[in-house]
Amino acid sequence: MSVNDYLFLFIGMGLVTYLPRAIPLLYLSHKKMPQGLIDWLGFVPVAVLSALLAPILFIDTASATVTFGKLEFLVAIPTLIFAVKTRSLGGTVLVGMFLYWLAGTFL
Amino acid sequence: MNHKPLVSSDVRGAVLAAWPICLGYFPVGLALGVLAGQAGIPWWAMSLMSILVFAGSAQFICVAMMTAGSSLVAIIGTTFIVNLRHVLMSSALAVYFHGVRRSFLALFSYGITDESFAVNMARFRAGKWTGFQALIVNHLANCVWISATVSGVLAGQFVPADAYGIDYALIGMFICLLVYQFHNRLHVITAIIAAVSAVLWAKFIPGDSYIVGAAVCAATCGYLLHNKCLKNR
Repeated sequence: MSVNDYLFLFIGMGLVTYLPRAIPLLYLSHKKMPQGLIDWLGFVPVAVLSALLAPILFIDTASATVTFGKLEFLVAIPTLIFAVKTRSLGGTVLVGMFLYWLAGTFL
Repeated sequence: MNHKPLVSSDVRGAVLAAWPICLGYFPVGLALGVLAGQAGIPWWAMSLMSILVFAGSAQFICVAMMTAGSSLVAIIGTTFIVNLRHVLMSSALAVYFHGVRRSFLALFSYGITDESFAVNMARFRAGKWTGFQALIVNHLANCVWISATVSGVLAGQFVPADAYGIDYALIGMFICLLVYQFHNRLHVITAIIAAVSAVLWAKFIPGDSYIVGAAVCAATCGYLLHNKCLKNR
């Protein structure tokens, strides 16, 4: 890719990343939201993260089928338990990477 | 919000709050840099990307899509969809920044990520947290992120393609961030509904629409269950 391609890509990505972060804060810090909207918003973070994660764990990309046998899912079980017990972001990342490397080497 | 000037104990408090984020960002940023290096992205482009974008999951997806040969417009569109969730975090933070001047908010909102959001919200809820401290958390995390991603590109040529489980860094981060969102049983149920609908949506409808599609369905289910629980009480 050329320098101009990279500039176009990153400025474009930067804008669509910055605006959703800035506009609600700039607007709503001077407004009051209805309670129903606030309650609904409360369920969105958990829903988005789960929707991001689940297809990575359960869909085999090569055959486009749903499976419970992916290495990513098997490693996710002890990684999830570690995250629940410690609530450590850095620790969870390192444990997941280590277990995935271990499983890939020995299974 | 408390907007008094900073004293050194405030700065120390902010650094203490930021360091677990930095610890988490370092391996993830390094892993992103290594993958980007293997995809042929030079170090200067990586630093430009981390400065202009500063969004871990979107940057991983960008590298994966570039490797797969996607068009630039498709990558920008996917970034937008993946980062739409920050609308909700930005909205939730607004409660604690009522009436604050817009130039400060413009600088602060640049650093709103899943991780800094989780840490700052917890501190604001507990009280005694200032806007300047939240700003320090955001920008310390940003500095570590930029250095880690660039280091990853520079060190990447010494690292074989699938070494040390780096492919799992993003998955590990998502797992822990998901756990952070489990405030009560309804949130766990919402996560299960989102997982099932996202898997089915992704299997039958091509593209990346499953992320926002499944999230909106599941959040609405969670909200309706929440209202039902309130009525039955």
